[in-house]
Amino acid sequence: MSVILEVDGVTKRFGGLVAVNKVDFTVEEGSILGLIGPNGAGKSTLFNLIGGAYRPDEGRIRLDGKDITGWPPHRVAREGIGRTFQTTALFQELPVYLNLAIGYRMKTRSHILDVIFRTPRARREQKEITQRVMEVLAFTGLAEYFDRLAGSIPQEAQKRLAIGIALMGRPRLLLLDEPTGGVGPEETGRIIDLIRKVREAGITVCVIEHKMKMVMGLVDRLVVLNFGVKIAEGPPQEVCSDPAVIEAYLGECIA
Amino acid sequence: MKGKLNLNFLFALALLATAAVLPLFLQRTSGGKYNMIVLTYAMIWAVAASSLNLVLGYTGQACLAHGAFVGIGAYSIAIMVERVGINYWLALPLTCLLTAFVGFLIGLPSFRTRGPYFAIVTLCFNVIVYATFENWTWLSGGYAGQPITLPAALSGRLARYYFVLAFLVITLLVVRQIVKSIVGASFLSILSNEGLSEAVGISAFRYKLLSFTVSCFFAGLAGALFATASGRVDSSITSYLHSFYVLIYVLIGGVATLAGPVLGAVGLYFLLDRIKGLGEFRYVGFGVLLILIIVFFPRGLVGGLNQLRDWARERRSARSPGEEVAG
Ligand SMILES: Nc1ncnc2c1ncn2[C@@H]1O[C@H](COP(=O)(O)OP(=O)(O)OP(=O)(O)O)[C@@H](O)[C@H]1O
Ligand SMILES: [Mg+2]
Repeated sequence: MSVILEVDGVTKRFGGLVAVNKVDFTVEEGSILGLIGPNGAGKSTLFNLIGGAYRPDEGRIRLDGKDITGWPPHRVAREGIGRTFQTTALFQELPVYLNLAIGYRMKTRSHILDVIFRTPRARREQKEITQRVMEVLAFTGLAEYFDRLAGSIPQEAQKRLAIGIALMGRPRLLLLDEPTGGVGPEETGRIIDLIRKVREAGITVCVIEHKMKMVMGLVDRLVVLNFGVKIAEGPPQEVCSDPAVIEAYLGECIA
Repeated sequence: MKGKLNLNFLFALALLATAAVLPLFLQRTSGGKYNMIVLTYAMIWAVAASSLNLVLGYTGQACLAHGAFVGIGAYSIAIMVERVGINYWLALPLTCLLTAFVGFLIGLPSFRTRGPYFAIVTLCFNVIVYATFENWTWLSGGYAGQPITLPAALSGRLARYYFVLAFLVITLLVVRQIVKSIVGASFLSILSNEGLSEAVGISAFRYKLLSFTVSCFFAGLAGALFATASGRVDSSITSYLHSFYVLIYVLIGGVATLAGPVLGAVGLYFLLDRIKGLGEFRYVGFGVLLILIIVFFPRGLVGGLNQLRDWARERRSARSPGEEVAG
């Protein structure tokens, strides 16, 4: 297996606060990596650094060996990294199918004159978009909501939609920031199943989670952050019995 | 969904048919002839309002300089035809391109930063353009203004009416093609959630700039039509007052709808003309109207009508409607 993502000595400071401190880790292609840590540990900040929303103060980030450090988010996305946000980000006022269609924009080339004059390219790509939307609707189990406004569908369906939007552009790596946050226990299962399906489709996943139990059965490897520092890394069982992790989590980890 | 689409289409067709036959009746009386001229100008402002809607309503960027862009369009065609000696029919597309290019140049630095920066830059731009045309009489023609000689085909009022109507229809068709497409969806995505747009590979900067440039293209067209309808341009056309008018037409008519800016512009332009006698007091009434609309119909009249329709439908079926925000 090859390394798809390489985070190399990455540091991010907010004023005096070191939110992410010289963090190193790598992600194997086709695996699921879990990123855990207490509140304020720097998990979301790390995703924002990988996704390009923030620029690291130090260190490099490489995707498939290509240095993408400091790239703006839209370029990172086009390079093959899809992501979701901790507070579910959707195009709330737009219907579900349009939310998904927007996610496919980066794969189309039609420009403004194409769409005004409905050139063959615009028509061909329009078909392609519709087809991809149908695929992802089915994949994420959102077909019943396709014409509903994204903001009006149930919370758990919104979480799946956010993943669906990120999947539209066929990313190679998917970053999920607390995909089950604020969702009830039985509905959490549906999202976990979806993440497994994503991996089976050959997409590498990095997932931030708070719920330890959920992570244990899902991920291949865990990275633990505390106060911006990586304090442990390895297979989930091993990491969970690490004294430093138990201390950080105040014994919440009962594996 | 099909039924609603047809309804919108029929409504548009009915409006177009009305606009097409109206002059035949208006032609007959002198009051009617006057109204035909008012309607010609109203439709020109509908072109300007529809163009503003693209950048304001669909992309969420408040341009406060559409008066200036209409003014630049009006002067540019008049100067091209009258002083440079370019053929009117060539000057018309050149004017649109030139105005689009000016918009592009203004957008280039101002979209680099997020937030209200763009609104402030455009407002300042409008003030500068107005002051320039006011003071540089060699450019603006001073009090007398800059006349423009029209091709023979456009010498009659009736011809000019249909000319403007045709361009309004073309503008609306183009805007419709854009907003129904993936490019329009990308504009909407920036209005809706800029951070998420970026995360799915859409460069907010590029799409804001594109939306604004296209918007200015049609503002330039509105300016060219204005020069054509009036046969003479003076510096008052570049005033920021026009920018606010156009803004109000869009807001009151309904942002992010095709019909909203047209109904807003035509309705309000007529209303303003009717209450001319009130002088400056008109603006007070205008302000009050604007506040009422924004409080009760934040999406404008057409948006409000859509809300009512959806509310009624929701009561009939428990399922909430498949909205067409892009409609
Ligand atoms: N834009 C910002 N400006 C200033 N400080 C920030 C910013 N973003 C994050 N921080 C700070 O950086 C630290 C790490 O925040 P981050 O959101 O990455 O934590 P997290 O591990 O995702 O926590 P949670 O589990 O609560 O989501 C926190 O102390 C936070 O207050
Ligand atoms: Mg977080």
